Amino acid sequence: MKELFAILIGAMLVENFVLSKFLGICPFLGVSKKTSTALGMSGAVVFVLVLSQAVTWLTNEYLLKPNKLEYLQTIAFILVIAALVQFVETVLKKMIPSLYKALGVYLPLITTNCAVLGSALIFVERDYTFVESVVFGFAAGLGFTLALILFSGIRERLETADIPEAFKGMPITLIAASLVSITFVGFAGLIIS
Amino acid sequence: MAEKKKAVSVLLNGLINENPTFRLLLGMCPSLAVTTMAKNGLGMGAAATFVLVGSNLVISLIRKIVPDKVRIPAYITVIAGFTTMVQLLLAAFFPELNKQLGIYIPLIVVNCIIFARAEMFAQKNGPLLSVLDGIGMGAGFTLAITIIGSVREILGAGTWMGIPVTVDLFEPAIMFILPPGGFLAMGFLVALFNKLTSRKKKDKNECKTGCGMGCPGCSQAANGGEA
Repeated sequence: MKELFAILIGAMLVENFVLSKFLGICPFLGVSKKTSTALGMSGAVVFVLVLSQAVTWLTNEYLLKPNKLEYLQTIAFILVIAALVQFVETVLKKMIPSLYKALGVYLPLITTNCAVLGSALIFVERDYTFVESVVFGFAAGLGFTLALILFSGIRERLETADIPEAFKGMPITLIAASLVSITFVGFAGLIIS
Repeated sequence: MAEKKKAVSVLLNGLINENPTFRLLLGMCPSLAVTTMAKNGLGMGAAATFVLVGSNLVISLIRKIVPDKVRIPAYITVIAGFTTMVQLLLAAFFPELNKQLGIYIPLIVVNCIIFARAEMFAQKNGPLLSVLDGIGMGAGFTLAITIIGSVREILGAGTWMGIPVTVDLFEPAIMFILPPGGFLAMGFLVALFNKLTSRKKKDKNECKTGCGMGCPGCSQAANGGEA
């Protein structure tokens, strides 16, 4: 239980995917303009991350490892993730249309979100058990949500700010992200034992 | 002659006009994550260039055989295949670099630059031009992340490619090799790039960068595939 809690806090704050591991930067910069879209995107990411962690873990343990095919991990994982995202989209459309409506547009973007493939590669690297890797995926998704929502608040303010010509658009966004990221460095000393 | 001219312009396109990192803002994750040192930037750039050239070549060769509906999974498989090759080559010949770059090597698969070039260029052009495009884009990416890496390494550690440069002049600001420094250096470099290139020609559609063209660019492509 204690280890799971450590993984949860660790993945959420100490090694926040976006702000300290640089995974999922594209959606972080792309959809953080408004808090409402940020919420939709994060919901979809959490959902897919948890599912994909479970599925890729099973793929790795029962398909790749017994056949000594670990070197195919990258290919196998990305295909599993792409198929999963497609599957989730179809199922949601049929079964829970309201949820599909809320997350639908964000789902196809997630295949190319490096956070999903990244967390699959991390559980391999760290040798997590099934439960650990699912918790890790959930926590990473929460961390992503936290960063995205914090940042979208800042960006809504930036819209009205007076910014030098060359800094308009992406540069100022990156600098703002840097400031948010500094606050997360503060968590680096946090060790749960 | 015109053919030759086109080939040269395709090659140079990636370096400045459509520099994938500074202009199109594609592939931000590796540009920020591995650029704590100039050497890592160079290594990452070389690895991505290899994948880019290989996948562009193969995709331009198979573009007429692959049905439109399954092209996205097909392209992803091609890209993943080349990425695995790079991963194994690095592990065999440059174990040190491989360790430094860690999971960011397999993550080349989801690097938007490669997918975007497959969709925007290799799909519509022949093998020769696609390879040139891959080389140009790869060189632009390598150049950009080596510059970011150099800035961060000099400011954050006082060295360049591991050689002490400014260690005696000022105390290195460790922040630059930490994550916030990555965002900060990138922000200022993109601003500088905007400043320098806008003087040459007034860019009319400013929001071409970032949000407009970045990942939504390639996700639109992904969207198109699903439809």
